[in-house]
Amino acid sequence: MNRKVRHYIDLVIVLTQKELKLRYKNSFFGYLWSVGQPLAFAFVFFISFKIVMKVQVEDYTVFIISGLFPWQWFSNSVNASPMVFLGNASIIKKVSFPRNLLPLSQVIQDMIHFFFAIPVIVIFLFVYHKTPSLSWLYGIPLLLFIQFLMTYGICLIVSSVNLFFRDLERLTELMVTLLFYFTPILYPETMVPEKYRTILHCNPLAPLMISWRDLFLKGTLHPFYLFTSFVYAGFTVALGYWVYRKLSMRFAEVL
Amino acid sequence: MSESVITFDNVSKYYPLYHHLTGGFKHFLFNFPQWIRTLKHSRFNALCNISFEVSKGESFGIIGRNGAGKSTTLGLIAGVLNPSQGKVAVSGRISPLLELGAGFHPELTGRENIILNGVLMGLLRVEVMRKINEIIAFSELGDFIDQPIRMYSSGMLARLGFSVVAHLDPEILLIDEILAVGDIEFQKKCVDKLMDFKKKGITMVFVSHSLDSVKMICDRTLWIENHVVKMLGSTEEVVGDYAKSYAV
Repeated sequence: MNRKVRHYIDLVIVLTQKELKLRYKNSFFGYLWSVGQPLAFAFVFFISFKIVMKVQVEDYTVFIISGLFPWQWFSNSVNASPMVFLGNASIIKKVSFPRNLLPLSQVIQDMIHFFFAIPVIVIFLFVYHKTPSLSWLYGIPLLLFIQFLMTYGICLIVSSVNLFFRDLERLTELMVTLLFYFTPILYPETMVPEKYRTILHCNPLAPLMISWRDLFLKGTLHPFYLFTSFVYAGFTVALGYWVYRKLSMRFAEVL
Repeated sequence: MSESVITFDNVSKYYPLYHHLTGGFKHFLFNFPQWIRTLKHSRFNALCNISFEVSKGESFGIIGRNGAGKSTTLGLIAGVLNPSQGKVAVSGRISPLLELGAGFHPELTGRENIILNGVLMGLLRVEVMRKINEIIAFSELGDFIDQPIRMYSSGMLARLGFSVVAHLDPEILLIDEILAVGDIEFQKKCVDKLMDFKKKGITMVFVSHSLDSVKMICDRTLWIENHVVKMLGSTEEVVGDYAKSYAV
């Protein structure tokens, strides 16, 4: 293999390792930590929506969890992305290497966390007398790939633009939270009134999160949702790369 | 003279003054016309019409006062910055080093930082692993190597950083102010290593305020003052005049 390519792969590995090590170094409960947060949220949502507001959704706990875990990956990566370049200023100003490897390793790192959280979903499935399905074998890699593209694209945009507009960080957090409630995670898409359905389809995260949940709960993948999420992801990553290409020339100047 | 590996042809570098940019979106939206105007007009000239060549195997010093444009020059050579005007041509594998310990993380151990830093500097992981014992031995950090580097003193950090650099295999080495820290013994070790590099025929660009080390290492020296070339010639002449101009 070409030395340059091998070096880039090594860079991604080393940068990802660094983030993983940092995460687990100072906390004994590193793994519990990354699983604990979505579980805590699931608990809160269960109380407020199932017990207090009595939403009519079957097996509500596992229903929320199967959407919350992949969402956690997305939101962790996107919320971390404003700092991806800023936090690595010393490297960017001194070493010439493809800077997009930094957000790339951020997304990979969060993907790894998500991947290792899947057993928790399995446990909850068993609690509700459901079982993992064989379709996971191709479904999970497929959705991982789609979400990876989508998340990476958005991270590229946010991390690049944030260098020029430093208050994007606050805006990002707000947008991610808003997007969470507009995405059918706490409620099934069928509960959305007919006339608002089209708006739902404008949300690039909606088809992806619906697909994850269908896969985890029923072992099925809806071709329409799969296709739209793929189109959204491809578009996002292309846009992200374009923005990054336009701005990356100036990174070292503004840091 | 042999072929030149670094060529600066009338290079200028402007920085837009980005402080208005970092004012954020609110500022951008509410002061749009002004924002555009400042973008066009407020800029800072870091380098004006710099031309020089460094030939293969040469040790080239750059001296000048703080803010004269030395680091910008190194940034241009390293390919971290792009020139606003003129052309920069660099041929050969360049050590992307502008300062010791780029990318060191305080929470990681010395050993982990060597791997991270080595890969950032352009080595493959297997190459770092092959050399890691040598690097650790060179740094003389002993048991500290497995401690997080936030516990290191600045001298120890310099040792760690230089030990990685000393085991790189570059064709062009860029060095920015690295001999300032570290004890005398280690400084000597660094200079010896640089001399070693020099003997091996590695091209070096050396930025320093320490005129003694410039004299010791560099064949030719460039004096940058107020963003333009003030003098370019043999180290002896340039450093002599430079020292004279600041003698009280």
